[in-house]
Amino acid sequence: MACTVRIASPLRSYTNGAAATDASGATVAEVLADLERRFPGMRFRMIDEQDRIRQHIRLFVNTQAASELSAPVRAGDVVHLICALSGG
Amino acid sequence: MCLMAGTLWIATRKGAFALRADARRKIWKLSGPQFLGHVIHHIVADPRDPKIVLVAAKTGHLGPTVFRSVDRGRTWKEAAQPPAFRKAAAGEDARAVQAVFWLTAGHTSERGTWYAGSSPAGLFRSEDGGVKWEPVAGFNDHPMRAKWASGLGTPGGELLHSVLVDPRDARHLYMGISVGGIFESIDAGRNWEPLNEGVAATFLPDDTIAYGHDPHLIVQHPLQPDRLYHQNHCGIYRIDRPARRWVRIGKAMPKKIGDIGFPIVLDPADPEIAWVWPMDGSTVWPRTAPGGKPAVYVTRNAGRSWQRLDTGLPRSQAWLTVLRQAMCTDGGKPRGIFFGTTNGEVWGSINAGESWRRIAGNLPQIFSVTYGP
Repeated sequence: MACTVRIASPLRSYTNGAAATDASGATVAEVLADLERRFPGMRFRMIDEQDRIRQHIRLFVNTQAASELSAPVRAGDVVHLICALSGG
Repeated sequence: MCLMAGTLWIATRKGAFALRADARRKIWKLSGPQFLGHVIHHIVADPRDPKIVLVAAKTGHLGPTVFRSVDRGRTWKEAAQPPAFRKAAAGEDARAVQAVFWLTAGHTSERGTWYAGSSPAGLFRSEDGGVKWEPVAGFNDHPMRAKWASGLGTPGGELLHSVLVDPRDARHLYMGISVGGIFESIDAGRNWEPLNEGVAATFLPDDTIAYGHDPHLIVQHPLQPDRLYHQNHCGIYRIDRPARRWVRIGKAMPKKIGDIGFPIVLDPADPEIAWVWPMDGSTVWPRTAPGGKPAVYVTRNAGRSWQRLDTGLPRSQAWLTVLRQAMCTDGGKPRGIFFGTTNGEVWGSINAGESWRRIAGNLPQIFSVTYGP
């Protein structure tokens, strides 16, 4: 499944500054695996070693929050990688 | 007179900085920030090859990692496999590294070997200069690990720090856990034993326990590796191995100052000399300079007596704190001693602490100050 991934600014050091990229996968996990192949190191900054989404990372498929990596992704979807942080 | 120029690596809550001195250590030039916005807990230049520098980093959003430079910090490359626990089996405690807190270069005979300590308490090892890190199963999966590091840690999280490699034997290691205690391995980390006898733990109901203590920083003398000192949550201690009992040398500190603090620094040529930075550990533990009057204290007789060193430091209303990794020596003659504060100042002495001056300010909260030639 081809989708578009929108990338928050803290992660763009991995994408040479790109704010969006195309990716493939039928689930969020597969999309992230595709990104990791092309942008090594990116996945671990979002997903911990127990495959949990890190505390200040939010993943959306279109407008729907994805709390599990098994969330489905369909052709044409937009996956958002969002960083959520408060405090100074 | 042997002077010493070099780099002070400054790790802060918002990035990495470097302070470089001229040969007389009179003029200091600040460079950076690098990794602006990253939480940097530790920067360590490889004593085996100071062109190599490792940085323990994360950001507020992103997970922990390690960056590596092979050109004294001009360029950086992220670890291909940062420190991480192994994937937990069903029913196991599924731990994840929240921060890489500590970095130690390995033994001189093991070029490329590094150790990292994390929060929550985990020990990791790299054998390729910090590119790929593997968990040290001998500690991370030790049957006693859950009791040694129970997760009832400090407000900043349970921390594994002070990984020490015996310069005579690459297999002989020490490390500290806040809160957990001091541990020793004689087989390259395959097994560990507590080494906390004689250490107070007044925050626990049983002060005679074998582990559960709160060492803030442990240091080993490079020329006399059987001598270790440590600054604990409950005092300053020394041990001369093979003894197993620590001696509380902080009892010789002035009563109104006490012997609570984070850092302790040794003179690399004289195992009798150590510098500490006392803080207020009374009542609710302000952890600031006692009375708002910062001072370094030095012992020149292995802790039998201490002298105050505060010439040039603020005389009043200076509520500074110096964290455990934030004081170091450059090993120069006379000794350069440097510390960084949580309010972003770097203070230095180039006469072994006899007088001080501020060499940088207006930085973010400083977590570590380390020296690289």
